Amino acid sequence: MSRDRHRGATLALIASWLVVGIPAAWGVVQVVAKSLALFR
Amino acid sequence: MGPAQGKGRLTGRGRGWKPAGGPSWRPLTGGDPERKILRRLRFRPSPTLVPGFLDRSRTIAPPGYNRWRVPPAALAIHQSIGQSDSISVFNHPLATLIGGDMPAQGDWKLSTIGWIFSVAIVFLGLSAFTFGRWLEDAGPRKAMFASALCFSTGFLVSALGVATHQIWLLYLGYGVIGGIGLGLGYISPVSTLIKWFPDRPGMATGLAIMGFGGGAMIGSPLAVALMNHYRTPASPGVAQAMVAMGLLYLAFMMFGVLTVRLPAPGWTPPARAAGARVTHAARDMHVNDAVKTPTFWFLWGVLCLNVTAGIGVLGQASPMIQEMFPARIGPEAAAGFVGLLSLANMAGRFVWSSFSDVLGRPRTYMIYFALGAVLYALVPSTGRAGNVVFFVAFYAVIMSMYGGGFATIPAYLRDRFGVMHVGAIHGRLLTAWSLAGVAGPALVNYIREYQIGRGVPRADAYSFTMYLMAALLVVGFSCNWAASRRPFEGKAA
Repeated sequence: MSRDRHRGATLALIASWLVVGIPAAWGVVQVVAKSLALFR
Repeated sequence: MGPAQGKGRLTGRGRGWKPAGGPSWRPLTGGDPERKILRRLRFRPSPTLVPGFLDRSRTIAPPGYNRWRVPPAALAIHQSIGQSDSISVFNHPLATLIGGDMPAQGDWKLSTIGWIFSVAIVFLGLSAFTFGRWLEDAGPRKAMFASALCFSTGFLVSALGVATHQIWLLYLGYGVIGGIGLGLGYISPVSTLIKWFPDRPGMATGLAIMGFGGGAMIGSPLAVALMNHYRTPASPGVAQAMVAMGLLYLAFMMFGVLTVRLPAPGWTPPARAAGARVTHAARDMHVNDAVKTPTFWFLWGVLCLNVTAGIGVLGQASPMIQEMFPARIGPEAAAGFVGLLSLANMAGRFVWSSFSDVLGRPRTYMIYFALGAVLYALVPSTGRAGNVVFFVAFYAVIMSMYGGGFATIPAYLRDRFGVMHVGAIHGRLLTAWSLAGVAGPALVNYIREYQIGRGVPRADAYSFTMYLMAALLVVGFSCNWAASRRPFEGKAA
């Protein structure tokens, strides 16, 4: 029971960070791709 | 599930548990400020129209709750409201609504459109000032919910303004209603994270406010993608894109509303983390007392000058680099420069603010102001030498410290005035941002126009502005030095 709860909490933690991390990573990739023009 | 049931739970939790292992708990004393709030929540009847789910009592975390689950809630709010920094992505489409590709008779001028952002920043400061105390009592969930509603409603009202070509609806929608959402959403997650990370307040505030910096990087390409999706020969798709963004941001912010938690009264971080670093916090000072201290006003000056020096240049970054290096930098490379500055701004919020936990807040700000002034003074010489690499590198460092200044200030306030009212005090301090948001761009734009009007070549028109920014940072250095010399108003806890 306790192990299941611990696993659930860990999954919730990972899922929470993915929800905010994926859009942030997409934004960073967009900016980096645009910035490459500066160094051409 | 009504409010009464929520309070019943709170009463049980308020008496405290002592779980084995994990976070440690200290007994509540009679004068404990958290306990006073709990007592008020317990005996004051809640308005029946307010759902119990949003009550402060329902956000108290259970024992053993992993505090690392709270930063994503804060980031969801800040990544959304940070979109405001990229509102200029709508400038050109808004300025050509009638004419199509080129402005036509009846189209809004860019200077008219530029006021949307200024109004939003002014209302950010005003709402943070006005509602700062309320959100400390109401709790983060209610404040974040209100923020989400205001921010998304702002988009919807603005979309109506675009569809009917009424600029006042954009001022009212994105500027006033959205600006209120910005203020509520900005301070609430920050004060919540400070409570969860008393051992690393700089890192905690940096984490939340980094999200605001990152919000522009998401908001700008998202707006472009949505406008491209909805564009037709008869319409640039701005109104539809605004409706879609309002709904998307509402959903994203609701994730933060649903997952935010406050630590239970008496909660302290796990022993291992607490032993890692010791940071001093002053005794809790009420917001009404804090604003009467010279320290508050010195810190107000610190934020105002740091933001004034950065925000104007950030807004003019694209034309500035093109005019300083006319033969080498075109519009595409200039857009890359703006993107790079956004990245440095975002990274600086987390890196510098975390660094302040080690170095101390006063020393960190001394670096911002001293190094910033030196770099601003050197920028014109990089332009004259035609050295793009140094120009870009200097600006990247300056923008990282501009972001760092935003992110470190809540931790500085916490050090000086305690944790309890830090959200409300931060709200009052953000009026400095409102002033800087208007003064910074105006200074840069008008000085440039004045210089060009006097016959100064475009490539040299920014030199005086850079020296002026360096001077502002020297004044900021003095404010920080004065604040650091002030005794702590409260006794160290």
